[in-house]
Amino acid sequence: MNKLLTVSLEWMDARFPVSKWWNEHLAEYMAPKNFNFWYYFGSLAILMLVLQIVTGIFLAANYKPDATQAFTSVEYIMRDVEYGWLIRYLHAIGASFFFIAVYLHMFRALLYGSYRKPRELLWIIGMFIYLALMAESFLGYLLPWGQMSYWGAQVIISLFSAIPYIGEDLAVWVRGDYVVSDVTLNRFFAYHVVSMPLILAGLVFVHIIALHHVGSNNPDGIEIKKQAKNAKGWPLDGIPFHPYYTVKDIVGVAVFLIIFLGIVFYMPEMGGYFLEKNNFFPADPMTTPQHIEPLWYFTPFYAILRAVPDKLLGVVAMGLSIVVLFFLPWLDRSPVKSIRYKGIIFKFALFLFVVSFIGLGYLGMQAPTPTYTLLSQILSLIYFAFFLLMPFYSVWDKTKPVPERLTD
Amino acid sequence: MSAESVTNLGTEELDDKARRRFLIAATTVVGGVGAGFASVPFILSMQPSAKARAAGAPVEIDISKLEEGQKITVEWRGKPVWVVKRSQKNLADLASLNGILRDPDSAVEEQQPAYAKNQYRCYSEHPEILVVIGICTHLGCSPTYITEEDPSAKTLRENWKGGFFCPCHGSFFDLAGRVFQGVPAPTNLVVPPHTYLSDTRIIVGIDSSDKGAA
Repeated sequence: MNKLLTVSLEWMDARFPVSKWWNEHLAEYMAPKNFNFWYYFGSLAILMLVLQIVTGIFLAANYKPDATQAFTSVEYIMRDVEYGWLIRYLHAIGASFFFIAVYLHMFRALLYGSYRKPRELLWIIGMFIYLALMAESFLGYLLPWGQMSYWGAQVIISLFSAIPYIGEDLAVWVRGDYVVSDVTLNRFFAYHVVSMPLILAGLVFVHIIALHHVGSNNPDGIEIKKQAKNAKGWPLDGIPFHPYYTVKDIVGVAVFLIIFLGIVFYMPEMGGYFLEKNNFFPADPMTTPQHIEPLWYFTPFYAILRAVPDKLLGVVAMGLSIVVLFFLPWLDRSPVKSIRYKGIIFKFALFLFVVSFIGLGYLGMQAPTPTYTLLSQILSLIYFAFFLLMPFYSVWDKTKPVPERLTD
Repeated sequence: MSAESVTNLGTEELDDKARRRFLIAATTVVGGVGAGFASVPFILSMQPSAKARAAGAPVEIDISKLEEGQKITVEWRGKPVWVVKRSQKNLADLASLNGILRDPDSAVEEQQPAYAKNQYRCYSEHPEILVVIGICTHLGCSPTYITEEDPSAKTLRENWKGGFFCPCHGSFFDLAGRVFQGVPAPTNLVVPPHTYLSDTRIIVGIDSSDKGAA
């Protein structure tokens, strides 16, 4: 039997690089030995991508992308399709968990300087994944054709109309109509189930190839590739990804799924954060709900948009708040990568940034009042200051010496 | 190929390189232009279809039962159109707001037909009737109509004389659909083309100047 397997593998290897790929990306991919809690979220994000694709296929099999039928077809999935409720909740709540994983994954990069040389391109590809994910989620949110779907899409597409001269025409082109309509719903369905998943899968593939080319960063920010090699030719502080981290990640998956399924089964609406109340009403183009807000993962940027009392400048500020992230590798000029060896200034700046991001996220969910608007303006300033002043404070910061070897 | 280049290998290589570079550049440019043209049908397919362009027949509204302070909403081209009957006091208040408005004189041409380019933003023969598209000029939400007497008016804004408040991003409009200063909406609400068929019947979608055209 064993011999048969060996022979089969040899037969395969002569025709397709199975063993070569297995070794390059799993069995002989050398990862630093000190990955901690923060390193779960990359693999968890992949898990969520797979889950969204699988549940999405089964939803698409029952959903109707038609303004007169969309809302009822979602109700049909929830009530009449066997286990339709489960598949739909997995998909809808899965979107929120996808963003939780991605935000924590990005925060890890901030903590340990994973965007620094030689991982600038890795970071930029990651940012494109983040953008594609935002687009994918926005497109998908129109499909249930509830009040929030409709008015959310109306507001976001209208962002294009802020562009001088071509804005209005561009918004019409995106909608395919003068208002959000059946045409818009139909095309958003096509983009949501065909274009964006293809783009996302491609970007994720490129992200992993780039990662395995430069090697993983770690909580110490030390390049293990530059270390001496041991007898096996491994870096001194490197261990093979498989089995060490495959097993570690499976534990992460188990814990993550416990939390995720707990919410899917026991509180799928999450008090309106994961499924908004207004989206249980069918879309009505004549009435905007009293209070409209995007889902939680967009609210920080939405708060920045609202903080600026000018249409074009508001859209520009919101755009820049995401664009600035692309430049992070060059804004950080600290001699060290990891927060472990950075000084008090960076730690304080990062703390303020987290406060501003969460604060803006909260304010983006609230109805606009003068106090909240002022608060959003202050927090937006802090948000931008974190990035734009980084070239200065990251140099002034007193860093600690980085050791040769990983610390634990 | 010249006789020289046959005997001189070095020159022949150079000739070849220059020629190859030219051919690569030429095929790239031609291919790129071709790809550009090929994308045109796909990009244009996303424009409003003939069906979407044809939709939008004019809508008739009966305002005989409309009382002062009331608002009715009708759908025209998929958008809400409001008809509001203003009181004499409302009309008198409008002038007092000019100082805090962004465009009190309706200077932005596209926001209204010529006959509504006045303080009340309506036909001068029917100053109390306001017809506007109920879509915020900021990001397209439909604002809420809040009268001066409304209980929520006090907390809304100081000295509120009645008007429209957009809950999405906090823009204010007065009872002529004129935008306040210091809010995200850049321009006044749009006054759609409309015509009085009689004193109590309005048709939205047709200008008085082009009767019959839609």
